[in-house]
Amino acid sequence: MKILVALKRVADPDNANKVKIPPSGDRIDTAGLEWKPNPFDEYALEAALRLTEDGKAPKARAGEVVVVTFGPKETEQTLRAALATGADRAIRVDVTDDKLDGALVARALKALVEREKPDVVLMGKQAVDGDSNQVGQSLAELLDWPMATFAATIQEEQGALLVGREVDGGVAVLRVRLPAVVTVDLRIVAPTSVYSLKTARTHKYNDGVRFAALPAIMASKKKPLAEVKLADLTADSGLKVQYHGFEPPPARKAGIKVKDVADLVARLKNEAKVL
Amino acid sequence: MPLPPPLFENDVHATLRSAARRWARTEIAPFAHAWEEQGEFPRALYESAAAAGVLGIGYPETYGGAGGDLSHVLAAAEEFILEGKSVGVAVGLGSHRIALPPILLVGTEAQKQKFLPPVLRGEQIAALAITEPGGGSDVASLTTRAVREGDHYLVSGAKMFITSGCRADFLVTAVRTGGDGHAGISLLVIEREHGFTVSRKLAKMGWWASDTAEIAFDGCRVPVSNLLGEEHQGFVPIMMNFSVERLLLASNCVAIAELAYRESMAYARERQAFGRSVSGFQVTRHKLADMATRLAAARALTQEVLQRHLRGEMVTGLAAMAKNAATDMCSAVCDQAVQIHGGYGYMREYVVERLFRDARLYPIGGGTREIMNEVISKTEGY
Ligand SMILES: Cc1cc2nc3c(=O)[nH]c(=O)nc-3n(C[C@H](O)[C@H](O)[C@H](O)COP(=O)(O)OP(=O)(O)OC[C@H]3O[C@@H](n4cnc5c(N)ncnc54)[C@H](O)[C@@H]3O)c2cc1C
Ligand SMILES: Cc1cc2nc3c(=O)[nH]c(=O)nc-3n(C[C@H](O)[C@H](O)[C@H](O)COP(=O)(O)OP(=O)(O)OC[C@H]3O[C@@H](n4cnc5c(N)ncnc54)[C@H](O)[C@@H]3O)c2cc1C
Repeated sequence: MKILVALKRVADPDNANKVKIPPSGDRIDTAGLEWKPNPFDEYALEAALRLTEDGKAPKARAGEVVVVTFGPKETEQTLRAALATGADRAIRVDVTDDKLDGALVARALKALVEREKPDVVLMGKQAVDGDSNQVGQSLAELLDWPMATFAATIQEEQGALLVGREVDGGVAVLRVRLPAVVTVDLRIVAPTSVYSLKTARTHKYNDGVRFAALPAIMASKKKPLAEVKLADLTADSGLKVQYHGFEPPPARKAGIKVKDVADLVARLKNEAKVL
Repeated sequence: MPLPPPLFENDVHATLRSAARRWARTEIAPFAHAWEEQGEFPRALYESAAAAGVLGIGYPETYGGAGGDLSHVLAAAEEFILEGKSVGVAVGLGSHRIALPPILLVGTEAQKQKFLPPVLRGEQIAALAITEPGGGSDVASLTTRAVREGDHYLVSGAKMFITSGCRADFLVTAVRTGGDGHAGISLLVIEREHGFTVSRKLAKMGWWASDTAEIAFDGCRVPVSNLLGEEHQGFVPIMMNFSVERLLLASNCVAIAELAYRESMAYARERQAFGRSVSGFQVTRHKLADMATRLAAARALTQEVLQRHLRGEMVTGLAAMAKNAATDMCSAVCDQAVQIHGGYGYMREYVVERLFRDARLYPIGGGTREIMNEVISKTEGY
């Protein structure tokens, strides 16, 4: 199985307090931010690796995992890290974040999918910076492929994937015929979430995303990493989403101490108006 | 991050750091305080570290290691401290860093195959046993005796302050096989089955999560096949081990100080006094600025010595300088970190209180501050 994984580099959400907005308010100042892969995309990569291996021998790939990111030169670091955990090949579409929106990424990915012809496109359900939750769905629409979003479990079948989606009150199971687009939620990296045809159903993965060991990190330098121009993928680089201004959230106000339960209830009722 | 990544580090280090950071954040940090208070961390952590590929860094892949050189070792060890926030766990997990190099340096192929892989898989614990109750600085005067009897040595004596000694499966032990002085010392691997006893688990000022043992040998029978290198030739590998150990300790200090500095910056920003944040006082800002400056200086020296070591230069004197510079810096930075935290800095629930105690070991362990100056005096030639 050949899988294309879309991977975005985001500002580390644990350091959100370092996000600065210049007085002009026309952009976010990204200087000094720490970057990391979007966690949901890392989960998608982990799922792709699990789908292309026998869980008992995770060093051998059955099929191919190609990772793609949209970003400047520095994002090659993110791609190299993905190669180090097991992806075979990487593609960087050379562009900066401010020139992108979800629709454009989906259009460009469509062109890339037509070139690469993967059986599955896997990606996170959303990126934790913009939280837009659009690209997977838009891409499936553009390709006219089946899709499953918010996947919590994936089981490979002959020519299809059985995808469990967590919904209110239970799990909905979809069978998507390949090729398909699947976006993943965080439970996809639980020990028994993903099974390829090769992996025994008794196998238990370590919880979470696998670690890149040093030999693989070094070897990743030799894996192919191609650069593609955005213009080569889509002639239409227009943006549907335009940002008109940024402002930081209001500083948190100091809390208050309540006297007793009666006081608390009264305030919840009269001031917070939640009761 | 207050400082950019070390100058000589590349993408490989960056990826390795992020893997080590992620491992330490999930596997150490949530339990750091509890394990420090309990004075121990679970043995299973060694296997977890091995599975994540962070235990065997710096060892050849042929023995189950992860490859890489000392720069990778230091980068991962720093992340363990910065993100795991337990110095005790980091040094406990790392006791093989000082115990295994002599095996790698002078051991036979059979010895390497026997002793390295189980430790690098996280199944066995290795410790280095040089120091004795009667003295640590004066290694050449050690008194633990190993008397040859057929194809065994009978070992009698005691070792003191042995990191991970309480749970160790084997000890790389300095023993006296010959006459007085450094020419009578050999290195022996003494395994648990040979019958060494842990006389006590020592109660310490810092490094609580790491066990430290006093060990007794009462006629242990150790096969001659466990002799590392030539008989009576143990002193040189012990000394060669020291330069690397000192760089490790210096880099520990850089990480501890950086953690104390980060905690202090965050605390000073949050804490209010006299109607503003504590970092609003110039005197606090200057304290932080001095901490950052000393930290940057010690880190630069440590990194330079590391680079020279990697190029194959003899760094005996420089490593001693780096250790003293980094340990002095670390003690000073941790002291100021406690100060900035006010009363909370004196409380066990705050990380800086622990770092302050942990820092005190470094001018003592791995060769004292005074011994470092002796080394420097010698290499400088006065
Ligand atoms: C937590 C901890 C963990 C340790 N882990 C290990 C381990 O895993 N393996 C191991 O083998 N050892 C270990 N050690 C021992 C450590 O290396 C020794 O404590 C250290 O080498 C000092 O030896 P000592 O304690 O016997 O001090 P001493 O040698 O008794 O020194 C006492 C004082 O005299 C000074 N002094 C000694 N000689 C001179 C001199 N020539 N000139 C000037 N001053 C001098 C010293 O600097 C020191 O201030 C550990 C120690 C601690 C505290
Ligand atoms: C073991 C112990 C016992 C104690 N016992 C008692 C007791 O019995 N009774 C009691 O009432 N209290 C007691 N205390 C509290 C002690 O007096 C306070 O911890 C101390 O006054 C500092 O206050 P703080 O901890 O709130 O620090 P903070 O006031 O928050 O100070 C934090 C840091 O900011 C600095 N800072 C604050 N203001 C300024 C400024 N204007 N300019 C420059 N720097 C500034 C401080 O010097 C410090 O470095 C005790 C504390 C401890 C640790």
